[in-house]
Amino acid sequence: MDVFLQILVAGFLKGGLYALIGIGMTLIMGVMGIINLAHGQLMMVAMYVTFVLHSFFGVDPYLSLFVAMPALFLLGVVIQKYLLNPLIKAETILPENQVLMTVGIGMVLTEVIRFIFKSDYKSVTTSYTGATFFLGSISFSWALVVAFGIAVAFTVAMFFFLIKTDLGRSIRATAQDKDAAILMGVNTRRITVITFGLGTALVACAGTLLVPVYYVFPDLGGPFTAKAFIITILGGLGSTVGAIFGGVTLGLAESLGATYLGMEYEDIVGLTIFVLVLLFLPGGFKRLTKV
Amino acid sequence: MLSIENIDVRYGDLQVLWGVSFEVREREIVVLVGANGAGKSTTLKAISGILKPSSGSIRFDGIHLDQVPSDKVIGYGVVHVPEARRLFREMSVEENLIMGSLSRPAKAKRKETLEYVYGLFPRLRERRKQAAGTLSGGEQQMCAIGRGLMALPRVLMFDEPSLGLAPILVQEVFEIVKRIKEEGVTILLVEQNVRQTLALCDRAYVLENGRVVLHGTGSELMADGHVKEAYLGL
Repeated sequence: MDVFLQILVAGFLKGGLYALIGIGMTLIMGVMGIINLAHGQLMMVAMYVTFVLHSFFGVDPYLSLFVAMPALFLLGVVIQKYLLNPLIKAETILPENQVLMTVGIGMVLTEVIRFIFKSDYKSVTTSYTGATFFLGSISFSWALVVAFGIAVAFTVAMFFFLIKTDLGRSIRATAQDKDAAILMGVNTRRITVITFGLGTALVACAGTLLVPVYYVFPDLGGPFTAKAFIITILGGLGSTVGAIFGGVTLGLAESLGATYLGMEYEDIVGLTIFVLVLLFLPGGFKRLTKV
Repeated sequence: MLSIENIDVRYGDLQVLWGVSFEVREREIVVLVGANGAGKSTTLKAISGILKPSSGSIRFDGIHLDQVPSDKVIGYGVVHVPEARRLFREMSVEENLIMGSLSRPAKAKRKETLEYVYGLFPRLRERRKQAAGTLSGGEQQMCAIGRGLMALPRVLMFDEPSLGLAPILVQEVFEIVKRIKEEGVTILLVEQNVRQTLALCDRAYVLENGRVVLHGTGSELMADGHVKEAYLGL
């Protein structure tokens, strides 16, 4: 029983970070109607920012959130403004070409990072990397608990922003009916740029929080893009609440799978759920929650 | 106040409007009538900037609206209540209304305008927390009109506000249009419901195949032989 609880706790904490990754993806998906296949690669870039700040300047990974998130926000803005939006102008180009563009961006990011840092696995060791505390007989990793707390704080802030501010409402309005949003005076082109920046900043946050408990290497982008994709499909494309459920579900499923089936099956569990959801619950959790 | 001069509008290679000209004077109700596909909605889309005319000009109080980006048009007080309502379906009624008041002057008066709209449509106040997509057709039309009013319009353009509504609701919508006009808002109305709108309007233009073929006051057009035969079934 203790083992089971331990697994649930670990999965749930990881799920908080996955939710943050998923929200970034689902925002971009909702507003632009495309899957951002460079999502994990952008997270990888944020992780290298954090790694460099720590190993060359001794900055604590949590403090480097203040650098990594704005930096990746800007990178996202540049990508949307100069690489993705120009594709909309040519009427003959299908929206699918924007997806292909994100694939290309992901590859370029990976190879540029590989060129600079080589393919080696790096890790950031801090005083709290291995630290744990116990509640009853269940152990909690400090780093994961803090990461979970920060992830929840950003998720709540994001909800507040989307529901309570004009800019947030304009983002949701653009996702629901772009032409009507234009009629209401929303500059939808600017909205796409801001949204891509926000989505990228959120995944940068998740990446930075992962750094103390994970490895950093150039190829980690691909698997995390796949995870982000699974989370958004689980939650229902474009649904923010769904992304949270999707993230937690994936975190729990991976933990359970890794323990009861074996470490090597961790990713298979996620993909299996993905296929099952597509087959039996197309539309994801969004269909159940209606949000 | 609003003058459209000789505009051509095309969708790609397909030309839909051919040299359309008309004007809307302050505090008037002007109606564009015509059959399906005559170019009525296209005309409104050109005024609100969603489509740009390939030639001709659209001026509002001396401003060349045809050169203004589409998201800036509402800021001049030219507000378009689009065909089929086009509400933000997953947002609440109140959020939809708020979306109408993004411009700085409208935002400054948001609370008062919201009260005014709720006064005009008590049903919207009852349902303000409800998702707009779950409203009935009539309520959705009210929400769309309310959203337009939130922008503090000087000219309010309606595209087929009676579409898909029960006759009693159609009557109600036209009553509301009249009330809004009495508040000092100029109205440009596009309708297929010819008989009722001609009775309501100050002046009307008849569009056929993308051209203005007739214009005059409501009663003049009602007495016109061609209008009688083609639109009133007399």
